[in-house]
Amino acid sequence: MNDSATNETQAGTDAAGDEKVKLLSRGVKVFYGDKQALFDVDLDINENEVTALIGPSGCGKSTYLRSLNRMNDTIDICRVEGDIILDGDNIYDKAVDVVHLRARVGMVFQKPNPFPKSIYDNVAYGPRIHGIATGKEELDGIVQTALEKAGLWTEVKDRLDAPGTGLSGGQQQRLCIARAVAVSPEVILMDEPCSALDPIATAKIEELIDELRENFTIVIVTHSMQQAARVSQKTAFFHLGYLVEVDETEKMFTNPSDERTQGYITGRFG
Amino acid sequence: MTDATTMNAVSGSGLRKSHSGDIVKASLKRRYAAEKRFRAYGIAAILFALSMLAILFSTIIGKAVPALTQTMIQLEITLYPQDIDPDGTRDPDVLSTANYRKLIRQAMFDLFPDVTSRRDKRQLYDMISPGAVFTIRDQVLKDPSLIGQRMTFQMPMSDDIDQLNKGAIRADLPESERRVNDKQIAWFKRLESRGIVETVFNTTFFTAGDSREPELAGIWGAAVGSFFTMMVTLLIAFPIGVLSAVYLEEFAPVNRWTQAIEVNINNLAAVPSIVFGLLGLAVFINFFGMPRSAPVVGGLVLALMTLPTIIIAARSALKSVPPSIREAAFGLGASHLQVITHHVLPLAMPGILTGTIIGMAQALGETAPLLMIGMVAFIVDIPGGPLDPSTVLPVQIFIWADSPERAFVERTSAAICVLLSFLVIMNVGAVLLRKRFERKW
Repeated sequence: MNDSATNETQAGTDAAGDEKVKLLSRGVKVFYGDKQALFDVDLDINENEVTALIGPSGCGKSTYLRSLNRMNDTIDICRVEGDIILDGDNIYDKAVDVVHLRARVGMVFQKPNPFPKSIYDNVAYGPRIHGIATGKEELDGIVQTALEKAGLWTEVKDRLDAPGTGLSGGQQQRLCIARAVAVSPEVILMDEPCSALDPIATAKIEELIDELRENFTIVIVTHSMQQAARVSQKTAFFHLGYLVEVDETEKMFTNPSDERTQGYITGRFG
Repeated sequence: MTDATTMNAVSGSGLRKSHSGDIVKASLKRRYAAEKRFRAYGIAAILFALSMLAILFSTIIGKAVPALTQTMIQLEITLYPQDIDPDGTRDPDVLSTANYRKLIRQAMFDLFPDVTSRRDKRQLYDMISPGAVFTIRDQVLKDPSLIGQRMTFQMPMSDDIDQLNKGAIRADLPESERRVNDKQIAWFKRLESRGIVETVFNTTFFTAGDSREPELAGIWGAAVGSFFTMMVTLLIAFPIGVLSAVYLEEFAPVNRWTQAIEVNINNLAAVPSIVFGLLGLAVFINFFGMPRSAPVVGGLVLALMTLPTIIIAARSALKSVPPSIREAAFGLGASHLQVITHHVLPLAMPGILTGTIIGMAQALGETAPLLMIGMVAFIVDIPGGPLDPSTVLPVQIFIWADSPERAFVERTSAAICVLLSFLVIMNVGAVLLRKRFERKW
């Protein structure tokens, strides 16, 4: 079903007109040592859209997500083949610097992982290491904007010096989103960002994701199909290392073309 | 479905009539008794360890306390110009080589006109420490105008008289079994009755270097030597240890070479310390020609010995930094070095510092390797730098413990107390540093 992915995307682009492919994957294979975790994934991720990756545990969706900003590089035995193209540049090209790539493709992790520093320093860390701000005032501005975008500003503006680890779980996750946003990336990858949060915090993050879509391209891995249905425009279903099906979210949840997708969505396995 | 399974299980297990609650209840008493016994064993073990520690400390401190005091004599001495400076030049060279001994002898003979035989005179003079001449010399050198006057000097008495005064030498023993004879005891009683014998705080012990005379021996030379040695050890072992640990933990590829290095580091930690001393003797002194008995060589040897401890502690501290922090920093585009210097090292610092201080405390108490590189030499001067010959606290304890004089027993114990208090200070420092740097994540 994937051999026609390129054609489909082109057709989709033609039809909608305003959709632009931000991240293009062709024949992506990931190996952990001798074990192959991902088989020939072809996937197009559109700009200013939320793409949800769903599938049962161990299906390779997180592995795929982590190959989009080369986080897999930090694992010694991990090897990636195939092409992942961000705005025309192959990110696995030798000429691409991984530090630069990660400044363009930010990431939010499953468990909130703020640095053991103040709220301000957490958000300011990215801009500082990349030298984005020229002065203290500009940095203050970036921090405020990022916290505002993450919907956290009103809650923490009076205690920016307080440790980031002292916030509640949901606030910590929004702090991590603010930290990623502060670098002004083009793409934000989210690896099950709500799995450690309660329903109210989850609702806030989902709302936030919808707002962030205006400025960023978002790829989100989720275990909750309701969440995928609520936040994403496009959904990709992974199973046993293969990308089974990718389509408009609405169509995926109402009328999936593959039997396995149908089975997973209706809760028969997974 | 769940209900069905439970029912099957019950009917399948041979139709148990009573609920398992009764069986549990019957076993409770036994279980609690076992726990009580276990606790009692634990408390007994701790009490045993504590009582041994209490015995150790009480004996050492009990033996060390007498070293804090020294028996002194207030002797009135006439500084005859013809004995000190017959030509009246007031030349410091003449003043420092003058025969002050004669003046002290004269003063003592004046006190005891009844002592006439040569042998008795010598025994009488032996009651004063040979170091007493320096007391007079130093004052005369400081103020030559004193020459010709008659004044009172406070001078140390010899170690045997000191021990007699402290009761360590008992007068009721037969004369042949003690180092002070009956006549000297009688003279000492007369001196006491004149009120010119007094017991004062022993400042010499904390300010002087080593000496063959216990009443003149002090711990300061060894303490300064230990300080220089520790500084050299710290300056070499800490940076090298931390850098090695960071490289091995963060950058080194996992292959046969790094595995061999890892195994060797772990083995090095178990090498007997005297072997490091032999290595230091062969490499630093014989091959590189560095000075013998110097803290710089001792520090290098102890640094080699401490390195494995620091590397192992630092690696485990680096390993225990949660991977989520690394991922967060990598995800923001921090370079590998930035991840290490901004996040991993600060979070690992408490563990690294604890390991370092434990290693340093080990090095501070180390004797064997330093014997091999000549730090066991008898050194009177206080070292002025890491290149001067010196000794260290544990070696000083070893030297004194080896000395026959009775008065060195208390000084050995006192030196042990000094060493132990340094160790306690270092361990408290480790705890405070850990508390200070500890952060939650």
